Amino acid sequence: MRRRTKLNLNPKHVFIAVAILCFALMFLSYQFGDELSPIKTVVGDVISPMQKGINTVGHGLFNQFEKIASFNKLLDENTRLKEELNVLSYENKILLQDKYELDRFRDLYKLDKKYADYPKVAARVIAADPNNGFSTFQIDKGSDDGITVDMNVIAGNGLVGIVESVGKNYATIRSVIDDSSSVYGMFLKTSDTCVVRGDLEKLEKGVIGVEMIKKEADIQDGYEVVTSNISDKYLQGILIGYISNITVDSNNLSKTADLTPAVDFEHLEEVLIITEVKEKLE
Amino acid sequence: MKRFIIITIEILLCFLLQTTIFQWIALANVVPNLLLILTVSNGFLRGRKSGLTVGFFCGLLVDLCFGNLIGLYAFMYMAIGYANGFANIVFDKDDQIIPMILVGISDFFYFFLYYVFNFLLRGKLNIFFYFTRIGLPEIVYTLLASIFLLKLFYIINKHMEKAEQEEV
Repeated sequence: MRRRTKLNLNPKHVFIAVAILCFALMFLSYQFGDELSPIKTVVGDVISPMQKGINTVGHGLFNQFEKIASFNKLLDENTRLKEELNVLSYENKILLQDKYELDRFRDLYKLDKKYADYPKVAARVIAADPNNGFSTFQIDKGSDDGITVDMNVIAGNGLVGIVESVGKNYATIRSVIDDSSSVYGMFLKTSDTCVVRGDLEKLEKGVIGVEMIKKEADIQDGYEVVTSNISDKYLQGILIGYISNITVDSNNLSKTADLTPAVDFEHLEEVLIITEVKEKLE
Repeated sequence: MKRFIIITIEILLCFLLQTTIFQWIALANVVPNLLLILTVSNGFLRGRKSGLTVGFFCGLLVDLCFGNLIGLYAFMYMAIGYANGFANIVFDKDDQIIPMILVGISDFFYFFLYYVFNFLLRGKLNIFFYFTRIGLPEIVYTLLASIFLLKLFYIINKHMEKAEQEEV
């Protein structure tokens, strides 16, 4: 019976009634939005678990489907990403190199402060003598940058060598460990003079020779050797290295010793050139 | 009672599908409007009153879950259901093509109302852009979905009517 009475309602009237209901709801929810929010939450609470369920089930299925569908796309993407990875790792390498360089520059900067008295120009090692290790090498600064022959070159903790010849934009440096190099040195503590001579044989052990030390000189292992005041090319007081293995020569007049250079010649990339030449006696 | 339960399930399923699964297979960021198909189908197969009732509850569900103004979508769906109810008087119920055309027209009106309430009232006048961006893809996609869904609703309705006749 109930169904029959319901059927007799005119749809037009129902439409109007429901439309009014809708507008009333709109008005109510506009006016009392906050008070009505619990109703929305209830509906959401009922619906969202279902949505979640469908999502989990459907996502599983859909993912399988997607896997197959996107296989080719993934292959393409994979190759693309590999290329990208190559580029990025290359860039990363460059950045790492920059970082090492920065570290070295910082070291140089520290050094710069240590020998602050002398004006200096920084330069980069661009070429090394291919024959005998690192005994002579070229830097990327030349006469254009004010480099002249006989300027002293330092790096890290001490003396590297001396400018031997200068080009327009490069200079050749003979380092103290070169077999033909000899430098007047002195012991910082005792002021006893000596000659630091490059020696390829000793260099095998990582040291160079120190000769012509007076027999009476009161020296011990580990003493610092710096450039001497009597040298005519080297400025005074630049650290050369630390001595060890002191022996008295067979003539019983002088001593010989080994010297460990203060500079790591194996890994020399940046150097500082002191742009002040020791004044020569005329 | 049986019809009530079945239609409730239909509404819920359409809503859930529309809000979940179809979101992943959305084309051009647009989801087929399953609830609209359901409303049109009910209006066409069962008349104005059924159409507006189903439309009202479909819209209400959308309102309660996503709308910020309860009653807006309810009204839109209800009006569409009611309008489609007139087709029930004019056309033969077993026709397969007419309801699809109705779905297309209804979706256009749905888009129009949607545009008016959601964009025009906020001063966005470029209806052509919104039509190409939202309206047209939705109509196409909904029509595609309606090919299967209308058939399904038709079969369900037929079974229910048969059962009701046996009951009486």
